[in-house]
Amino acid sequence: MSETKTLKSLDDLRRLREEAHRDIRVREATGTKIIIGMGTCGIAAGAREVMRAVLEELDKENIEAHVTTVGCIGMCALEPLLDIVQAGGARITYGKVTPERVPRIISEHILRGQPVEEWVVGRTTSFG
Amino acid sequence: MRELAEHILDIAFNSLEAGARRLRIEVTEESAADRITIRVIDDGRGMDPEEARRATDPFYTTRPTRRVGLGLPMLAQAARACEGDLVVHSRSGEGTTITAWLRASHVDRQPMGDMAATLVTLIAAAPEIDLEYQHEVDGRRFSFSAARARELAGETSLAHPAVARWLREYLDEQLHALGEARPTSPRAPAAESSGTPTVEREHEPPRAALPQEEN
Repeated sequence: MSETKTLKSLDDLRRLREEAHRDIRVREATGTKIIIGMGTCGIAAGAREVMRAVLEELDKENIEAHVTTVGCIGMCALEPLLDIVQAGGARITYGKVTPERVPRIISEHILRGQPVEEWVVGRTTSFG
Repeated sequence: MRELAEHILDIAFNSLEAGARRLRIEVTEESAADRITIRVIDDGRGMDPEEARRATDPFYTTRPTRRVGLGLPMLAQAARACEGDLVVHSRSGEGTTITAWLRASHVDRQPMGDMAATLVTLIAAAPEIDLEYQHEVDGRRFSFSAARARELAGETSLAHPAVARWLREYLDEQLHALGEARPTSPRAPAAESSGTPTVEREHEPPRAALPQEEN
C-alpha cells in the first residue's frame, strides 16, 4: 500500500474535452430533462446517490439529457424524487427512487418512451 | 443526514438558492485539537440580522425563497451533539458564512462521508458558479477550483456526465490520498485549549483562536 502512485492531475481534464465537447451543445438543447429533488428532505433520503446513478447511466449509455436539481416541492415523504420531462410531454415524477432503479427508469422511459408506471407518483401536463 | 458531506451538500444548496455566484467550502481536520471545522462561504443575497438569528430555528423558514429550512438546524444539532456548535454570519446583500465545528473523536460524530459525490453533485447542479473547495488534514491541504476546471474543460460543460465521472474519480483519489496521510498515533491532549473553541462573538471564526499550523 506504500507504493507511490501517480495521481490524476486536474490538467488531465483537458484531454477529456476532446471526447466530450462534441455532444454537449446538443445536450443542453435536447428535449429531455431530468430533475432531481435536492432539498434537505431529498438529500436526507439519498438524492445525492440518485444523482450519481443518473450521471453514470447517462455516461454509460451515452444519452443526451439535461440534468438539473430542484428544492423541496412538498412531497418529502416520497423523496428521493426524480422527474423526467420530454419535449412536448408531461412531467412524470418518480418517488422513492434508489440508485438501483435508475437504469430501468432511464432505459424504459428515456430510451423507449415507456414510463415505469409502478414507480410513478405524479404527472403534470406540460405548459410548454 | 448520515454523513457530514451530506450536511455540506445541503448547506451549499442553500447558497445556490440564495443566488450565490461564488461558493467556498472549507473542511479542516485537526488531530491535535481533536476538531473538524466546516465552513461554507457564499456571496448570495444574505440575511438580515433577524433572519440570521433565526436561521437555526427549525420552525422558522423563508419557504417562498427557500433560503433556509431544516438544513441548518440539523447541522447545528449534529455539531452540538459532538461538543461543537454552528454560527451564522450573514449580511443582507453580501453573503453568508456558516461555520460548524465538532469534536472529531466524539462517539456520535457522523463520518465525513463521500465529499467527492457532494462536490460533483454541486458542480453538476450549478456548473457555472465559482465553487472552491479546500480540505485540510493537519496542515496538509487539497484545493479544488471549479473555475480552473472550467478553463481546462473548455467548451465542455462540467455538468457533462463524462466530465462528472472524471471529476469524481479525481476528487476521490485526491481526498483519499489526503486522508491516508492522517497520523494514526493516539491523539495528544490539546495543551492550549479544552478541545472546543470558545466563540464569544458571532463574527469570530473558531480558527482565529487557534495556533496556526503550517506544515
